Amino acid sequence: MKMLHSFVPSLAVMLMAASGGAGAQGVLIDRSEIRFVAKQTGGGVEGRFRRWKANVDFRPKEPAKSHAEFEIELASIDLASEETETEVRRPAWFDTAKFPVAKFESTTVRGLGGDRYEIDGRLSIKGVTRDISVPVALKTDAGGNSVAEGQFTVKRLDFRVGEGMWADTDAVANEVVIRIRMVLPPVQ
Amino acid sequence: MGDYSGDMATQSTESAMDGHARANRAAPAYTRTAIALHWLAALLIACNLALGVTMINLALSPFALRLYGWHKWIGITVFLTAATRVAWRWVHPPPPAVAMPLWQRRAAAGTHAALYALMLAIPLSGWVYSSSTGVSVVYLGLFPLPDLVGKDKALAAVLRAVHATLNFTLLALVCLHAGAALRHHVVDRDGVLARMLPFLRRD
Repeated sequence: MKMLHSFVPSLAVMLMAASGGAGAQGVLIDRSEIRFVAKQTGGGVEGRFRRWKANVDFRPKEPAKSHAEFEIELASIDLASEETETEVRRPAWFDTAKFPVAKFESTTVRGLGGDRYEIDGRLSIKGVTRDISVPVALKTDAGGNSVAEGQFTVKRLDFRVGEGMWADTDAVANEVVIRIRMVLPPVQ
Repeated sequence: MGDYSGDMATQSTESAMDGHARANRAAPAYTRTAIALHWLAALLIACNLALGVTMINLALSPFALRLYGWHKWIGITVFLTAATRVAWRWVHPPPPAVAMPLWQRRAAAGTHAALYALMLAIPLSGWVYSSSTGVSVVYLGLFPLPDLVGKDKALAAVLRAVHATLNFTLLALVCLHAGAALRHHVVDRDGVLARMLPFLRRD
């Protein structure tokens, strides 16, 4: 047991290093979030994704050399109820059996002055890839970690999320606001 | 007793009444506003109970989502109606009680208090339940209501059970309330039901 205890954290460190890659920072997943707010018959519906991976190499002083990649396990969605979670895994929505992962990969990172940055990149969901732009504000928390927060809007129908009867945007609005919060440890 | 403008057809039953009931026949009714609000609340509650049971048994669809939306709007309307009734009752006390055994008067008062409490508590329990599932409520699609709690699945399961249990309690009390009113009208033949339905007055 003792061995197992010491093995588990070192495995975690190894995995983080592996997913981080050369020059990348391990995102502190437990303190980071990928949330969204959709609109259902006018009222906001909050949700988030429980499982995702990130590979971020953020260089505030040389934003152009920064790079970010995300892989989101769509079946890990946290919604209002198990019934709605099961529903959005179905083919009319995310079709997680065929398209289990949504991906984002940055193409350009620009500094907008001050603590603001813009990350342009390509978002792929359900076999559809679109260019998106994510404005991000950077701050430093008490522990010296960098906290990047951003919000952007996607149109679900662009990605064929909610087909057939669910294309009804009065029932579920086309626009979905995605909010990200990434906590990155201090660069060594 | 002085008002003989009521339905003359009921006069033939007068001989069957005892003196006790006779003394009660002309008991004054609630105000017209109180009566209107009572029946509005009854109608809204009946519709919303039926809507609630229907929607939870439907598979998810845009239509089902709309039913959820309407259910919430009607529920908030029930709350507003109940709050208005409490305020109205404060300013316009109910007519004096019809003569009846003390236990009946106490049971009626207790049932009425519980019905008011449930009409206020059930919509609030639905609202806080909706908040706990991460779904915010926009009254009539126009007025966004604040989320009372954050999204929390464990809490949502508890609040769902609370909302359902309060509704079953309401249904039981409504049956008791309506059953008692009918008993007073049909068996006791006193003026209790006519206080809320003035066209039933026998005088």
